[in-house]
Amino acid sequence: MDHELCFLTIHEALQRLERRDLSAVELTRAVLDQIGALDDRLHAYLRLLPEAAMAQAEAADRRRAAGEAGPLEGIPLAIKDVICTRGVPTTCGSRMLENFVPPYDATAVARLRAAGAILLGKTNTDEFTMGSSTEYSAFFTTANPWDLERVPGGSSGGSAAAVAAGMALGALGSDTGGSVRQPASLCGVVGLKPTYGRVSRYGLVAHGSSLDQIGPLTRDVEDAAILLRCIAGHDPLDSTSLDYPVPDYAAELKAVSDLRGLRVGVPREYFIEGIEPGVEQAVRAALQVLADLGAELREVSLPHTAYGIPIYYLVATAEASSNLARYDGVRYGLRVEHPDMWQTYFETRRAGFGPEVKRRIMLGTYALSAGYYDAYYLKAQQARTLLRRDFERAWQQVDVLACPTSPSVAFKMGQKMDDPLQMYLSDVFTVSLNLVGMCGISVPCGFCNGLPVGLQLMGPALGETTILRVAYAYQQATAWHIQRPGLAA
Amino acid sequence: MTKLSLAEVEHIAHLARLGLTPAEKEMFREQLSSILEYARRLQQLDTSDVPPTTSALPLSNVMRPDGVGPSLPKAEALANAPDVEADQFRVRAILPSHNAGDTG
Repeated sequence: MDHELCFLTIHEALQRLERRDLSAVELTRAVLDQIGALDDRLHAYLRLLPEAAMAQAEAADRRRAAGEAGPLEGIPLAIKDVICTRGVPTTCGSRMLENFVPPYDATAVARLRAAGAILLGKTNTDEFTMGSSTEYSAFFTTANPWDLERVPGGSSGGSAAAVAAGMALGALGSDTGGSVRQPASLCGVVGLKPTYGRVSRYGLVAHGSSLDQIGPLTRDVEDAAILLRCIAGHDPLDSTSLDYPVPDYAAELKAVSDLRGLRVGVPREYFIEGIEPGVEQAVRAALQVLADLGAELREVSLPHTAYGIPIYYLVATAEASSNLARYDGVRYGLRVEHPDMWQTYFETRRAGFGPEVKRRIMLGTYALSAGYYDAYYLKAQQARTLLRRDFERAWQQVDVLACPTSPSVAFKMGQKMDDPLQMYLSDVFTVSLNLVGMCGISVPCGFCNGLPVGLQLMGPALGETTILRVAYAYQQATAWHIQRPGLAA
Repeated sequence: MTKLSLAEVEHIAHLARLGLTPAEKEMFREQLSSILEYARRLQQLDTSDVPPTTSALPLSNVMRPDGVGPSLPKAEALANAPDVEADQFRVRAILPSHNAGDTG
């Protein structure tokens, strides 16, 4: 009984809470029990907040009884540990911020709290979100619930594993180059990257400021719609947040019953050599389902796709090298004392940052340095314009684009650790969307050797309603999203 | 493949204020060289008349009224500091001092 509770979707749980057929206390205890049973093997959480969560659950039940329930009243959620939580350590998976306690909530967290959500804890991430596997977390690697010897993807791997294993009803992650969509794909859950500016970045620790977006990870599409509605919208504290009305995404999902008249673009550059055959099979079968639902499939071309990785790893590292200059041991975070102030910087940053963060700071500093700026950084920003034009041309022909989220299923721990370039190439299908600022979602679409495969649906700026509708129609016609990993079943 | 020199690696580490061990310098020399080699494929693109994209948004110069609002209390703003004195962040002297031992 309790075991079933932790696999409720958010919308199912809300209905039962509303009917008084379930209390927030029962639900939260069931999820905490699941965490207690599994997380010593999965290591999804960097920090758990069991007492605070139970206190919030009691308060949620009181508010519901008083007729003051918010839209997420009593729903237990997990937060990636790069999103600031007032009074709760936010480490970014780094020694640099091991003891950092934010004095404020990120806007997305504040909105979840105001809606009545319960915060279970903070989930593991690659250090400062720089990675695709959680192996670059300074603390430990999260395991994939479908195979404990494999990575959950990253960098939001802790959030994805928690949702997949019933250790949270939903979670927030952040996506700079695929860090919500890729772990969602590898763990068999739904992951949404909103349009750049749709969700406030206030309180999201910066990685690449022109690329970063907070997004939800959930067990189905309706839940993603519910969480997005709650966290989206203009925020005066983020000057890049968009001032457009936020639709009731969940209601919009059900406004259409099939996909007739919808044009789905299949970008040929996303079905390339090197993609795992089982992944391609599952995605091709998903495209057929969309066609059976009435969508018209059209092959399109995004000719600059092959340049996405080099553009991304110059732009993102350049922005990161600048953003991470703030970790100087003066105002917060680690300080390694040295009699000389200048050496204090060097020693603090030597001890505080792990190898991937150092590598990216070096790469970004190089790309921005005198003599190389034009050849690398400026060139990448110009190529980024070409990439954007590819997408703009595609939107004249189609409503959404459909492709794999990741070229492979979850890989073995350690497999890509010795070769950073191989790790970067695993982001080949996700980075372009961040560079052009548009929206995308990964939904489970099958299995390959017992490991989940994700279908990625991409849409234009503020096209969340469209991609959510297509994803919802697909889920109504399939059952991949209700499969559970063996250890959690 | 043209490999970065050790001096280049040290120069970049200095600009980034990153302390690196000799082994790290050698590792980054190899890895950065191969990543940059990969990035050189961008040179195949003709971008002579292409403007750079710095942001995906058509926004610029977002302004707000210059009003006084609430801000973090001083104690909270200082709470994470490694070293505090007299409500200020305390650091080592950055200029040579005539007062020996003065590190304030």
